[in-house]
Amino acid sequence: MNLPHIDFSVITPELIVIATALVVMLAEFVGAHATPSPTRSHRIALIALLGLVLAALAAVAGLGRAATDIQGMLVADDLGRYLELVVLLAAALGLLLAWDYLPQFTKMHSEYYALYLLAVVGMMFMGKSTELITLFVSLEILSVALYVLTGFHRGQLAAGEAALKYFLLGAFSSAFFIYGAALLYGDTGSTHLVDIAARASGGFLTLAGLALLLVGFGFKLAVVPFHMWTPDVYQGAPTPVTAFMSVGTKAAAFVALFRVLQAAGVSYATWSLVLALLATLTMTWGNLAALRQSSLKRMLAYSSIAHAGYMLIGVTAGMQLGLSAVLFYLFAYAFMNIGAFAVVSLLERPGYHATQDATIDAARGLFARKPLLAVVMAIFLLSLAGVPPLAGFFGKLYLFNAAVQSGWIWLAIVGMINSVVSAYYYLRVTVLMFMTEADETSFLRSPLSNATGLAIAVAMVGTLLLGIFAGPWLQQLGQAALAFAGS
Amino acid sequence: MAIPLSWYLIVAAALFCIGFYGVLARRNAVAILMGVELMLNAVNINFLAFWRYVRPEEPLGQVFAIFVLAVAAAEAAVGLALIISIYRTRKTINIDNIDLLRG
Amino acid sequence: MTLILFAFLALIALAGGLGVVLSRNPVHSALSLLLNFASIAVIYFLLHAQFLGVVQVIVYAGAIVVLFLFVVMLIGGNIGPYRHGSRTVTSVIAVGLAAAFLALVVWSVVQVLPMSATPVGAPDAGSVQAVGMALYTDYLVPFELASLLLLVGMLGGVVLARRYQPFAEDETQ
Repeated sequence: MNLPHIDFSVITPELIVIATALVVMLAEFVGAHATPSPTRSHRIALIALLGLVLAALAAVAGLGRAATDIQGMLVADDLGRYLELVVLLAAALGLLLAWDYLPQFTKMHSEYYALYLLAVVGMMFMGKSTELITLFVSLEILSVALYVLTGFHRGQLAAGEAALKYFLLGAFSSAFFIYGAALLYGDTGSTHLVDIAARASGGFLTLAGLALLLVGFGFKLAVVPFHMWTPDVYQGAPTPVTAFMSVGTKAAAFVALFRVLQAAGVSYATWSLVLALLATLTMTWGNLAALRQSSLKRMLAYSSIAHAGYMLIGVTAGMQLGLSAVLFYLFAYAFMNIGAFAVVSLLERPGYHATQDATIDAARGLFARKPLLAVVMAIFLLSLAGVPPLAGFFGKLYLFNAAVQSGWIWLAIVGMINSVVSAYYYLRVTVLMFMTEADETSFLRSPLSNATGLAIAVAMVGTLLLGIFAGPWLQQLGQAALAFAGS
Repeated sequence: MAIPLSWYLIVAAALFCIGFYGVLARRNAVAILMGVELMLNAVNINFLAFWRYVRPEEPLGQVFAIFVLAVAAAEAAVGLALIISIYRTRKTINIDNIDLLRG
Repeated sequence: MTLILFAFLALIALAGGLGVVLSRNPVHSALSLLLNFASIAVIYFLLHAQFLGVVQVIVYAGAIVVLFLFVVMLIGGNIGPYRHGSRTVTSVIAVGLAAAFLALVVWSVVQVLPMSATPVGAPDAGSVQAVGMALYTDYLVPFELASLLLLVGMLGGVVLARRYQPFAEDETQ
């Protein structure tokens, strides 16, 4: 009997996060009754944050090294390491948002941060999986953890409702995902993506298997027509969770989708058309629906559907150009979207039972009350809309450029039209902040806490820096994409 | 006489579709979850049939089926806990009545 | 002989499945689910997957169905009009979608696979030993990941099922 040789350096960042999650679970018992609730929560959050930073350092230390793997199931290549960085960045920003948000409504701090870190681990593993069982189990780790986090605000009816909807549709989509995996297994006799790529018959079993996998991915990515859960879940979940999962889940699922599609290389011509249609549908539907929202969170939820559509353009464009553009967009999206959610979380009225939703009117006259905050929010929104010279502009530019270079000119044009449409609802909020007077509908949670302030500052600096250093950064990511496409 | 592979696959597909129908047509959260369990089971028949007929020398299909089982158990635990928690506050688990969020 | 057995089991499994989605009483649904799971377990034995058959009985029939029954009982008979509300329009769409999916799969399976494909291989490949060896050597990574999944499930169950105490009261203690 041969015991497998396992190279643990492949999963160093994941191991750090897992260990942190376990420490966080036990931290509840240390001086549990002596310390008041917020202090204990902050202490636990600090441990979690340290773990995330350490894991990010481990991922950075690995950058540029040759790809290694564990039994062909988990691979540590640069693509995986950049994915880890996006997920860890989103997690750290989301954690800073939760810092003062969480003690408002719960005392189960350890449980929250442990589940949060395990969701992070699931995302990181998902982006590194090169085998379907591993992929499926990681997908479930992150999904189940997110179902619970969505419903974490137990006193709020909307949170439970969001969690239930997310859970039922998520479990439903998992069934499609594994049906697809089963058909691919039947076709090739293997679940390793490498073997599937080599042995796929290209016949019905391959096509149906991939189609069903795509349905599973579609649910996780909130691609139209599998997006029904997204607005409800993003609106009902606690805002820090929404901010984190809108970026983290997308990042993990997009990287995994690239890995699966590379295995399906045989029929890429067919797939790219399907993907192009899905991208068109997703962008257009997301933007049109966002136009008529009065809740800020729901508006950002539909906008995140639209952004998934933009990133699908990159997937359509293929491995080399598309992949680096999607990676770039994920980084940009992490900064600008979480930044926007951070400001939204300040506009929410505290309340334990009612839906404490921030409406667009809550932003009225924000400039007069807090000029700096209004300017920062405007920058996030303009970046989301794709106004130069911010990160979002270059993200879209690279995506559309990748589409044009790979021959999808009409898709790039649809994307541009969509950007223009989306500018309307982003600007509407901006106008409300700058041009109107504060009245009884406007609201701002004060004082601004240090943690939230730090999150906003980091997101702000990131949005600006990614815009300024867009070229060199894309080149960096391009090398990872090239290494992946060539492998 | 041995049973052809396609028979297993057809039974599995039929069960999957029954579960699929259950998820779409029922409004009760527990009933929907039962539909999902039917779908996951149907997929497991696929895995075992493919294992037996395509690559029996390696027990991969069985291994995958075990993971599906583990996932189904974890999902059922979390899902039912969620349903109980919602029932406590709302006194209903009919998803048509759980509709605060819309727009 | 196996053919008759298979047909019999398949019919029971399908009947159980239909019972789950059609019955008016949640307890009947859960019991039909048990019937379905049990007949699938015997189908696994037909496929020489003895270990999976046993696990199916223990985990699905033993644990999951009991969990369902437990929840149904806990929520009580006043689960509301259980079947009410499955409106005709949704039902028709659901039947249509399910039937279309089924037709697609059946058609393609019949098209693609030779009807006479017969099983091959050693009869003991479904034993505990064979599966265990694979799980602990070749598939160690997902096996370890599954432990994380169960940890998440456990934490989630604790968080969600714990009786919620309104926060303000809790704080004054």
